[in-house]
Amino acid sequence: MNTRFGPSRSAETPLVAGLPGAWTAIAVALALAIYPLIMSSMDEPFYISIGSRVLILALAASALNLALGYGGMISLGHAAFLGTGGYTVAILAKYDVLASWVAVPAAVLFAALAAFIIGAVSLRTRGVYFIMITLAFAQLFYYLAISLPEFGGDDGLPLSARSTIPGLSIDSDLAFYYFVLFTAGLAFVLLYRLVASRFGRALVAIRENERRMAAIGYPVYRLKLMAFTLSGGLAGLAGALLANLSLGVTPHTLTWHQSGLLMVMVIIGGSGYFWGGITGAAIFLLLEESISTHTEHWNLILGLLLLFIVMVAPNGVMSLRERMRARYGANDRATPKASTEKA
Amino acid sequence: MMRHTILKVDKLVKRFGGLVATDDCSLEVSAGEVHALIGPNGAGKTTLLAQLSGELASDGGRILFEGSDITRQPIHKRVAGGIVRSFQITTLLPRFTVRENLALAVQARTGHSFDFLGTVADESDLDEGADEAARRVGLFDVMEQIVGTLSHGRQRALELGMALACKPRLLLLDEPMAGTDPEESARMGELINSLRGDHTLILVEHDMDAVFRLADRVSVLVAGHVIATGTPDQIRNNPQVIAAYLGSDEAESVEEVQ
Repeated sequence: MNTRFGPSRSAETPLVAGLPGAWTAIAVALALAIYPLIMSSMDEPFYISIGSRVLILALAASALNLALGYGGMISLGHAAFLGTGGYTVAILAKYDVLASWVAVPAAVLFAALAAFIIGAVSLRTRGVYFIMITLAFAQLFYYLAISLPEFGGDDGLPLSARSTIPGLSIDSDLAFYYFVLFTAGLAFVLLYRLVASRFGRALVAIRENERRMAAIGYPVYRLKLMAFTLSGGLAGLAGALLANLSLGVTPHTLTWHQSGLLMVMVIIGGSGYFWGGITGAAIFLLLEESISTHTEHWNLILGLLLLFIVMVAPNGVMSLRERMRARYGANDRATPKASTEKA
Repeated sequence: MMRHTILKVDKLVKRFGGLVATDDCSLEVSAGEVHALIGPNGAGKTTLLAQLSGELASDGGRILFEGSDITRQPIHKRVAGGIVRSFQITTLLPRFTVRENLALAVQARTGHSFDFLGTVADESDLDEGADEAARRVGLFDVMEQIVGTLSHGRQRALELGMALACKPRLLLLDEPMAGTDPEESARMGELINSLRGDHTLILVEHDMDAVFRLADRVSVLVAGHVIATGTPDQIRNNPQVIAAYLGSDEAESVEEVQ
């Protein structure tokens, strides 16, 4: 008999399905660490900066996944946190604060603060109202950004130089990639700990049945607000990295289009799966990159491909393993109706 | 014989727009008793239960639990204090195992739900609590089963198990026998009987047989107001109660179950 809290792997419940395996994590980390070395030996530095971009948006999508996938909070306003992070770095740089140990934590802090305030209001609503309110807040941030000429207005705010680290230079694509890998890696470790902790389990259970969780004594609102705030803070971190990558920030980062893209990434990757955000971001950006070099109408083809992915894997690419197992699996996975319950 | 009053409801009010669902409702429940709450459909039993559990805010009156005013307390504080409800319509986590469901209830009680970084290594406290609750409601043999695949009767048992895992002192049971077959219903009756003494129970139930068999005292709710409280015998013969039931369209609902 299984004595762990979680069920055995043969009966995979949402609590377990959302967690990564240790070996997968090690393999992914190794692959990501070796990737730029291969690219630079092949003399393809361009792919290194694409790698940085994928990592950064993977972080942003994973941050959204914490709220959307694990917490069931369908936020269409995460661009606001991405943008807050980016603008924090750019505004600080404008006033000559370039030190990464100041700028990056400040970006996380301001984004988390924005998420706390937006969440505190939005989480009082449900369903489609929540989606609309988060969207409305993000639009507010967008119009605020374009209406402030001292922070670039429509044109955005260029970054004169990347954030600095004492004793290190992250100006080269390779060095910057490792900076992103290190920072995002820490964030992913944190995310893992979050979703594997008691907090993470409470969050998933609240997504499944909020009323029940309230009735057995969970402070549901506070737990959701905490998750939303953490999610916003991590999106802010991604925003800070993104500003450093593109050496500037534009109001475009704050558009609902950007929020929508993050949501698309989470959905195609697998909402509520640890690797969902990363997989989704990688698929989306790599498809976009490879198709757009061949045709002007890449949007059309990308759209069709995404449609195809969603039809094959309605719950995201990461859910395929379970679906395969359910269909072909010989093991004793308990599926509804097929159980041997004789009460 | 009479024990201290654990719950005192004092002129409680709940309005939904123009409708007064709970109308100056007063009620006293003694520690350790099984206190049934009956009344015709729409009398406000479920509303009152939701007010007691904290799901619905009250528009007037007071709720005193162990002498302290909890009228404005949020649900999670009331659960921590020992007031836990179960639902009429089974409200579980159907995609989770029985163990996960119960362990979540234990986790709510033991706290640490804001413990972000704690590892999953030592979960023995959750497991023990889950095991204990499962044994109590007879679900120990299906601990690893997905809840959605259990029979209705066993889901009703888990519904009660979830509440018990919270270590309540006052249990609010909303039609625990709803939709069960006679055998399951009898088992639920035994279970409720076994809780007597250690727990105080407020039992909302349509099955009048069960009510009169299980309850120490019965309160009759009509139009959001308690019109009578007494032993099952007193209630059965109370002319006001008979009039309330017979005088309304829902009279047949009482006769049906009898």
